Amino acid sequence: MAATRPIRLFRNLTAKIAAIPMILTALVVFVGGTAWTVTYSFTSSKLLPRTKFVGLDQYERLWATPRWLVSIENLLIYGVCMMVLSLVLGFLLAALLDQKIRYENTFRTILLYPFALSFIVTGLVWQWLLNPDFGIQSVIHRLGWESFDFNPLYNADIVIFGVLIAGLWQGSGLVMCLMLAGLRGIDQEIWKASRVDGIPAWKTYIFIIIPMMRPVFITTLVIIASGIVRLYDLIVAQTGGGPGIASDVPAKYVYDYMFQGQNLGQGFAASTMMLLAVLVVVIPWAYLEFGGKKRV
Amino acid sequence: MSDPASLSATVAGADAMAPALSGPRGPKPRRRFSRRNVFIYGTLIVVALYYLLPLYVMIVTSLKGMPEIRLGNIFAPPVEITFQPWVKAWAEACTGLNCDGLSRGFWNSVRITVPSVILSIAIASVNGYALANWRFKGADMFFTILIFGAFIPYQVMLYPLVILLREMGIYGTLTGLVLVHSIFGMPILTLLFRNYFTSLPEELFKAARVDGAGFWQIYLQIMLPMSLPIFVVAMILQVTGIWNDFLFGVVYTKPDLYPMTVQLNNIVNSVQGVKEYNVNMAATLLTGLVPLVIYFVSGKLFVRGIAAGAVKG
Amino acid sequence: MDPSISIKNLKLSFGAVEVLHDLNLDIGKGEFLVLLGSSGCGKSTLLNCIAGLLDVTDGQVHIGGKNVTWEEPSKRGIGMVFQSYALYPQMTVEGNLAFGLKNAKIPKAEIKERIARAAKTLQMEPLLKRKPAALSGGQRQRVAIGRALVRDVEVFLFDEPLSNLDAKLRADLRVEIKQLHQTLGNTMIYVTHDQIEAMTLADRIAIMRGGSILQLDSPKEIYNRPATKYVAEFIGSPTMNFLDGRVEGGAAPRFVSDVASFDLKGYEFATASPEPCDAWFGIRPEHIITGPEAGNAPVKLNGQVELVEPLGSDTLTRVSAAGQRLWVRMDGQADITPGQTLPLGLNPALANIFHKTTEARL
Repeated sequence: MAATRPIRLFRNLTAKIAAIPMILTALVVFVGGTAWTVTYSFTSSKLLPRTKFVGLDQYERLWATPRWLVSIENLLIYGVCMMVLSLVLGFLLAALLDQKIRYENTFRTILLYPFALSFIVTGLVWQWLLNPDFGIQSVIHRLGWESFDFNPLYNADIVIFGVLIAGLWQGSGLVMCLMLAGLRGIDQEIWKASRVDGIPAWKTYIFIIIPMMRPVFITTLVIIASGIVRLYDLIVAQTGGGPGIASDVPAKYVYDYMFQGQNLGQGFAASTMMLLAVLVVVIPWAYLEFGGKKRV
Repeated sequence: MSDPASLSATVAGADAMAPALSGPRGPKPRRRFSRRNVFIYGTLIVVALYYLLPLYVMIVTSLKGMPEIRLGNIFAPPVEITFQPWVKAWAEACTGLNCDGLSRGFWNSVRITVPSVILSIAIASVNGYALANWRFKGADMFFTILIFGAFIPYQVMLYPLVILLREMGIYGTLTGLVLVHSIFGMPILTLLFRNYFTSLPEELFKAARVDGAGFWQIYLQIMLPMSLPIFVVAMILQVTGIWNDFLFGVVYTKPDLYPMTVQLNNIVNSVQGVKEYNVNMAATLLTGLVPLVIYFVSGKLFVRGIAAGAVKG
Repeated sequence: MDPSISIKNLKLSFGAVEVLHDLNLDIGKGEFLVLLGSSGCGKSTLLNCIAGLLDVTDGQVHIGGKNVTWEEPSKRGIGMVFQSYALYPQMTVEGNLAFGLKNAKIPKAEIKERIARAAKTLQMEPLLKRKPAALSGGQRQRVAIGRALVRDVEVFLFDEPLSNLDAKLRADLRVEIKQLHQTLGNTMIYVTHDQIEAMTLADRIAIMRGGSILQLDSPKEIYNRPATKYVAEFIGSPTMNFLDGRVEGGAAPRFVSDVASFDLKGYEFATASPEPCDAWFGIRPEHIITGPEAGNAPVKLNGQVELVEPLGSDTLTRVSAAGQRLWVRMDGQADITPGQTLPLGLNPALANIFHKTTEARL
């Protein structure tokens, strides 16, 4: 009873020491770095960061820059299409693979292998496949369909869809995998019950299974969305942002202004906007997912 | 029917009755090529072809000579197989600065990947273990920040890290890049290990503590030997992730230390000279080879890795 | 009487493994049949075959006089209740009950009427507008039963419906199911691994092991005359006592063992004059006579009390006699202490004797 109470700080001391890298990363890099960038986005930093605050100047300039507006537009088009298409495609493929088919492993291996490849490799392959002189277009021309015109990499209006094809090829396998895991997580007795009730398979999917998989869909959407915001390597490899600035995206805008345009303030402002976009997605999700109850 | 004798009698009686079965019996006959099967397998095969096409084109193109590429179509198999493009991609291709091919990038990537994987897994596994078993005040808060960090666009943290590394004197070195990879790999890996260690029976940990074992002793002698599969999953995740990285390589290293992906992009997208598509495709394949081999060898574990890494929380 | 369900030469294999071996089973109209066995014995598999959720490898399934071997589950005239309830979580209770009916294009008015009737039978009218997540386990299972009820079918299949519930609820719902069967008079097949459920609910029990039916009989017969030693051990708690010994054949068969040797007068042998063989003498704990009456029993022996478990209503006592251990069920008020000597009496007429190697009842 008379023993002195141990000093709080020293309880589990080894564990605390072992967690120092995590604490440093969380505080210095994630919190500190983010705060630093947000702070400096209000300065007139050019070649070097400096603390001359100019209010919202950088943001006003940012939203007046056509290149930024193109980037945002591209990201929106790519983002919406990517989310919808990869969810639909991923779910359909997962549902097909879930039909107790033969060679399921082979099909799954084929559908997922692009995900193992880097965006650089993905971008370069599709750059070659979409090459107007040698790629798919020229092959179809040679087959006799001379008027076939699909040249996204050199057509500013549709270049983002060229990137989308490559992005889908790389990423939909992952969505399929997540969906398949979700389907496999559904109690098999639900299927039995719906068979006894005489409900056709497609109706069971639409009215019972998909509503049951809502959490899987939401999580998958968040994963796809956070990947979309980061879209950078694929653009660099496949189009280099071109033709002109037609396939520019925010991540590339930030990089170019920070490390090549020597206009740090613009880069900081643009990256802060990206952060804002992510928070708009992640915070409601985190609230839905973990809100109220404590994480265990 | 009250004893085995009469029970076996009924069974025997039923046997005698067997030939009398009429009407449907046994499994419901199913057509091999029912409309349902044709639809399922048809769709899957078409989709599988779409997924395989780029790989096929890469291989085919890399084995052709330039004249054949200019004449033929990209889907045609090579008439005359040549490995010259592979040799050139590996040893001679130019990146603007030097002309010793992708081999330099390959070895750079190895020198980046190996220490990054070891360091990041070492840190994250200890983190996960501390979070799962030695919960201290504030641990949850740091962990939540860490997980949120996984969603913050890298662009936000790029420049502050440049300054940090410069202050530490390791900006532009491999050491700096290894540190960056360890930092950005931490959220997902920590989550992976924390969830795994939490799933182990807590009694085991308690029993060890009652026996007087300390933090490191329990980690090394009890947790580690039980966690080999999760370490393999983490390794697969990290090797592919770091090998495939482009952004950090380009930001935090100098040209002669560029990883393979950056070098590949410089070779293929360099504006000087005549485009050698066969060399480009050979180089692309070479760069993709390491993750592809890991993928095909690890199979199910890879799937487990991405599922674990992807489903945050 | 025409059987309601009849299974003829049914076989099921998964690849090279045969999991159900040539089963034959007739279930009468309005009968409550329980398929009982430990996990992996094939009882749920058999139920799934009857429901049409599994394709049989050979043989036939007849329901209501119709050969339904190739029919879809929904066309077999069955309703089914599952262990995990398998309710559609996004729909209200009413939606759950109505979904199958709507799909079968049954008129709205009739759906409404059937749901009202089912809700009344199961006393769940107040639950109709709720979602399954807002219900307790027992309520969910009642809804699942309701879903089978509204299908207006002759046959109900239950696949371990009470296994996910706690002990108290299980007992309550067991009574409700029995009541339901008495009210409706439908044919019911009920799969369980719980011997109490089997004994209390069944008209007949089919005990399964390794894909075959070991014994098919009324609960009473199975309890009193188990066909094999496995059945004898499976039914009854605490389990039947077995004395290791030998049956000496002849006109007046005797059981010979270290504990005691005695005439088997009054024991009904399966065959008129048994061959001499090594055997188990099985006697249930409640059939061992203690107290003053022990002296009047046909067989008398003495046991050393090792352990006493008072349960309130009864007292279970473990005694040892010549190195063999016996559990004895005694009156709850009995005053017993370990170490004391207890006179015991056995009546061969209440015993079951099993062949040592074939384990069949002699």
